[in-house]
Amino acid sequence: MIPELGHFALIVALLTALVQGIVPLAGAAMRHPRMMAIARPAARAQFLLVALAFGCLAWSFVANDFSVQNVATNSNSELPLHYRIAATWGSHEGSLLLWTLMLGGWSFAVTLFSRNLPDSMLARVLSVMGLVSVGFLLFLLFTSNPFERLVPPAPEGRDLNPLLQDPGMVFHPPILYMGYVGFSVAFAFAIAALLGGRLDATWARWSRPWTTVAWSFLTIGIALGSGWAYYTLGWGGWWFWDPVENASFMPWLTGTALIHSLAVTEKRGAFKSWTVLLAIVAFSLSLVGTFLVRSGVLTSVHAFATDPARGVFILAFLVIVIGGSLALFAYRAGAVGLGSAFGVVSRESMLLANNILLVVAMASVLLGTLYPLFLDALNLGKISVGPPYFDSVFYPLMAPAAFLMGIGPMARWTHAPVPELWTRLKWALAVAVVTALILPLVLGRWSSLIVFGLFLGFWVFASMAATLRARLSSSHQRGLLAKLRANSASYYGMLLAHFGVGVFIVGVTLVKAYEIEKDVRLDIGESVAVGGYEFKFLGVKSGPGPNYRALTGAVEVRKDGHLIEMLKPEKRIYNASGQPMTIAAIDIGVLGDRYVSLGEPVGGEGSDNIGGAWSVRIYLKPFIDWIWIGAFLMALGGFLAVSDRRYRLALKRRAANLFGASADTTGVAD
Amino acid sequence: MKPRTRRFAWIVGGLAVLGVAAALVLNAFQSNLVFFFTPTQVAAQEAPQGRPFRIGGLVVAGSLARDPNSLTVRFRVTDTAQTIPVAYTGLLPDLFKEGKGVVAQGTLGPDGVFRASEVLAKHDENYMPPEAKAAVDQAHKGMTMKSLREDAKGTR
Repeated sequence: MIPELGHFALIVALLTALVQGIVPLAGAAMRHPRMMAIARPAARAQFLLVALAFGCLAWSFVANDFSVQNVATNSNSELPLHYRIAATWGSHEGSLLLWTLMLGGWSFAVTLFSRNLPDSMLARVLSVMGLVSVGFLLFLLFTSNPFERLVPPAPEGRDLNPLLQDPGMVFHPPILYMGYVGFSVAFAFAIAALLGGRLDATWARWSRPWTTVAWSFLTIGIALGSGWAYYTLGWGGWWFWDPVENASFMPWLTGTALIHSLAVTEKRGAFKSWTVLLAIVAFSLSLVGTFLVRSGVLTSVHAFATDPARGVFILAFLVIVIGGSLALFAYRAGAVGLGSAFGVVSRESMLLANNILLVVAMASVLLGTLYPLFLDALNLGKISVGPPYFDSVFYPLMAPAAFLMGIGPMARWTHAPVPELWTRLKWALAVAVVTALILPLVLGRWSSLIVFGLFLGFWVFASMAATLRARLSSSHQRGLLAKLRANSASYYGMLLAHFGVGVFIVGVTLVKAYEIEKDVRLDIGESVAVGGYEFKFLGVKSGPGPNYRALTGAVEVRKDGHLIEMLKPEKRIYNASGQPMTIAAIDIGVLGDRYVSLGEPVGGEGSDNIGGAWSVRIYLKPFIDWIWIGAFLMALGGFLAVSDRRYRLALKRRAANLFGASADTTGVAD
Repeated sequence: MKPRTRRFAWIVGGLAVLGVAAALVLNAFQSNLVFFFTPTQVAAQEAPQGRPFRIGGLVVAGSLARDPNSLTVRFRVTDTAQTIPVAYTGLLPDLFKEGKGVVAQGTLGPDGVFRASEVLAKHDENYMPPEAKAAVDQAHKGMTMKSLREDAKGTR
């Protein structure tokens, strides 16, 4: 009964989304207030209906209802409760329902925080989001119904893929999707502006906080996925340039360009067409990412779908959304205007350069991701484009962007005199160069690439400090605290996010430069020295887990004879699927991780002899956690920026208008 | 600067960035594309010597042999028509199993042994890497064609 209720809720949600997508849009075109007023209640109702459907699916998983195909394929009665809930989005159907739920949630949020938007703008924004929702609901209902019944019901479920039975599965997909789908708001604002012909600084101010929040969620989501890969795949890598990773990284690169370009549009009224185009591209790439991951065109741990009908549907949907919005852009962008002029050296020019670099980097990732698919589709042979390609293209493109990041916040709008920049930044430059030259000597190995990477990181830190110092000394307030307070939250958000980029760069540089990876064969009691540490293998024991059998190894880590950590890497064999899974044991430290994972028994005769020698991976990963700390600081900076007073002021105005607004709703009810 | 000169500077700057990016991309593409060959193609000497490429197929049951003192393993990969010996030093992935699909990246030695630098088995129990599947399918197709031709000869 519950699954049918969910199915029914989805159908009603589709009808509501159709109303939400068509009526307010027509109302905005005909200046019909009542038709426009339907947008808000329709969006709310649609969200509640999708939430109800999602709740029904989650309930089916929690209650082990194996008469539902989706549950029977992706869950098991032995599966712990939190993974049964997470299994709701573990399947193709469930993750699309999560996508739709997120879209509904963002629309709902727009209805809450939009009372100061003009009615026609709000109507158009919610309509566009409703139309996107229609596409996803149609897709769910016609090709990927999550509530499909299984006749006769399965006695037991096939289990969630062991790779997904991890705390990462509970947090990573919802947060990543929050980000992915959040760009739909920026997209909807852009389309609404194109339709209404109203594209100005106010539009940018409305659109900006939404974009920044979505970007922050996407940043955290990607970082969580990367951390998850680090400890479960057992290879100790944090980024593989896997097509699925690229699928989330391309919207991130475009989104990063977008939040910078929005800043120019809000402050200076420039880059307007470019900003609109970026908003369209960012969301289009979110859709492309969904297509790549969900249509089964890729070969990867994430891609389980194999039904071509789905691929064709998503492709058609992509063509309609991307083609339609780009056509609208081409038709209307001329009317948008160019904005004020600016000098060759100015904050605008640096932000423009940053945008070009980010977009070119995105294009190179897109090429490397899609090219093998094209060749394969055209039967021109099977190829793969590996990390070396991405590394050799991506780093050279991002290095100048990182360097500009130090100058941009210091540069004045419109025209920034070079001598002034030089006076203000020369010390920061000197500090960064000297630190970068000396630090590798202390750490033990010196190479020009390490120096260059460290220079970029420390250049970001030093230039941020110089920028803040210049900002404070030019303030008219008295006392340090008052001077600090005089700056906006969004200014500190920018500093924090940029500081996070610096932390990230230092982390990447140091882990790439000084990591040690050793695959060894270890007998019981045998030890091996890796980078100043002694790793002693004490053997492997077998024991039961909640829904798997675990082989747990014990490895002592000593430094200078002192025991510093006992690591227990695991090898699991899941009961339901019989699939093996490696869980690395990691001793985490700010200065670096010690990482041990089990290979397989190599104890001479009989490969099932788990009590003998094993192959073991031992990795030292200096400063690797800085990569994720950096990403979290970037996201935190984003959230801090959104807490800015100028957005809260809008909230206050809204509160003051509340009486008027409630009077309006009674008017509609009449 | 005059607006026209400025616009010109922007266009030149933009083109320079795009040019550098295009050069980087093409250079990186040429040196880093890894092609895929089936065991049949390797046996027919279509694969390059000395340049890395990928092979795929099934691990021949019973072919896995482990060096007692190091982490070197030897196994054979087949597309059911031809078989290629593979040597690899390192840890095998969780899903590597005799009789199951595998994809390996490496170079072909002069002795005809494929020296793998990477062994990929990114799939679950019910799923075969598409490259491995394609290799087996192609071999089957080749054999059917051959047997059809032989049949045709026989009836003549």
